[in-house]
Amino acid sequence: MSDISKKSLSELVKLIKKKEIKSEELTQSFIKNINNDNKLNSFITICSEEALKKSKSFDKSPKLDLLLPGIPIAVKDLFCTQGIKTTAGSKMLENFVPNYESTVTKNLWNEGAFLLGKLNCDEYAMGSSNETSYFGNVMNPIAENTVPGGSSGGSASALAADQTPTTIGTDTGGSIRQPASFTGTVGLKPTYGLCSRWGIVAFASSLDQAGPMTKTVEDSALMLEAMASFDKKDSTSINKKKENYFKNLNHNIRGLKIGIPKEYRVDGMPKEIDALWENGKKILKDSGVEIVDISLPNTKYALPTYYIVAPAEASSNLARYDGVKYGFRSAKGNNLIEMYENTRSEGFGDEVKRRILIGTYVLSSGYYEAYYLKAQKVRQLIKEDFDQSFKKVDAILTPSTPSSAFKIGEKKGDPISMYLNDIFTVPVNLAGIPAISIPAGIDKNNYPLGLQLIGRPLDEQKLLNIAYSMQKKINFKQSINRWWEN
Amino acid sequence: MSIDKDKIKHISKLARISVDEKKINDLTKDLASIFKFIEQLNELNTDKVEPLSSILNEPLRSRKDEINDGKIRTKILENSPQKNDEFFVVPKVVE
Repeated sequence: MSDISKKSLSELVKLIKKKEIKSEELTQSFIKNINNDNKLNSFITICSEEALKKSKSFDKSPKLDLLLPGIPIAVKDLFCTQGIKTTAGSKMLENFVPNYESTVTKNLWNEGAFLLGKLNCDEYAMGSSNETSYFGNVMNPIAENTVPGGSSGGSASALAADQTPTTIGTDTGGSIRQPASFTGTVGLKPTYGLCSRWGIVAFASSLDQAGPMTKTVEDSALMLEAMASFDKKDSTSINKKKENYFKNLNHNIRGLKIGIPKEYRVDGMPKEIDALWENGKKILKDSGVEIVDISLPNTKYALPTYYIVAPAEASSNLARYDGVKYGFRSAKGNNLIEMYENTRSEGFGDEVKRRILIGTYVLSSGYYEAYYLKAQKVRQLIKEDFDQSFKKVDAILTPSTPSSAFKIGEKKGDPISMYLNDIFTVPVNLAGIPAISIPAGIDKNNYPLGLQLIGRPLDEQKLLNIAYSMQKKINFKQSINRWWEN
Repeated sequence: MSIDKDKIKHISKLARISVDEKKINDLTKDLASIFKFIEQLNELNTDKVEPLSSILNEPLRSRKDEINDGKIRTKILENSPQKNDEFFVVPKVVE
């Protein structure tokens, strides 16, 4: 059979179900791709032996009625995996081995999949280029020295390089959708509460949401179906019936209304992205969709709001890293307080410390109202903008990012220009609604560009159907020459 | 609100992160530009807006206060950087 690692997840599942390939053969082909690479740096931990063992035992007594039968999957190193190091891309957790499994990964394993490895990411998921990882930069398979986006950069890179058939990431302000857009892959951020946060290393609890990163829209539907579940262990988990996103996927989008928000046409946006957006509108019109001009007037305040809310929650969540219960401890310090201060100073990287300091400041006595409370009010306005729009339209179409992938180091010295990467993705997290990024074209350098579809809460099926229909018409082809091998 | 070195030192105390003297100038510059960016929010009048308290449409669930695990001391201590048989070990706190 031709290179099976290039196939989409749903094709592989079909082949396994028809007994045309074995899980072991499949696992071997991904391990080979992982071993042939010493440049991308997409993996922090590779679980070859364990994965091969699991694949062999699957082949011995295959359970073919599961959603992910015998499928090896590498996951972002932010999901706690029992007995396997989980670092969150940080020195602080360099040697942390959880003795429990995150709900989302457990759901995947219950559907027949098994762990292939842990993927690099920005430290504690704080970053948009994977440059804040303690374990080094990750490169984008599209071109040498180009960032894969972040924070789920290792996930996007490994997926685009055929080192895993599918993967999962987390999205706090765009960390699934932006890297998907940069690597020509599909990334879905579900409605807040659809996938359990239990066992995921916390960044900003009111924004964090796990989701699939895949080669096709069908694969995202399949993965979401496997990942989503009600979980008593996450107090914000939504109690609803499981949906069959994959089975119910269809191209029937005629008659839907899709909004185009004028505020997403930002100054300095490359012409190519504007053209991409226009093309998306045209494709939808041709499918019988009505295009409606809408306004989301508070869009420009989403990023400033995010940079109060997310650091505030992070400073509180990351208070647990004190060098006592788990993780790194500094050898320096003459007393308990000094031990805390040195542990946190040596264990966290610069971006994480920067965000903890911002968060501590906006929550500190005398500043709470001016910053945090103000941000929560603006967040309300941003949410209302979406609520109003969804009275008129079924979904919203925007570009995924204001640029294509950039060079490593290009934005490193300038936090604001780095933060601006997430300008189109952040509002969705603030409002807790779902959104998907699909590859929609290329720029002058042949770098992929993505379009984002935003939907009503828990309306993932409609979002997937629209994306599925657009995918067919766009017919995006990845052009990657595997420069990182040999 | 202006960010200066003293403020940074104060916040780092609160956050229990020691800040390297050599890095404090760069950090002050970065945080000042971030706060300038954040303070765009002051353009908006939000006097009549209720702050968002939850993005879920339903209230948070409460649960019965029940013990459903326990006897996991060894597990909890497994990842501790310093421990003895039963306890986390920290630098001496009481003289």
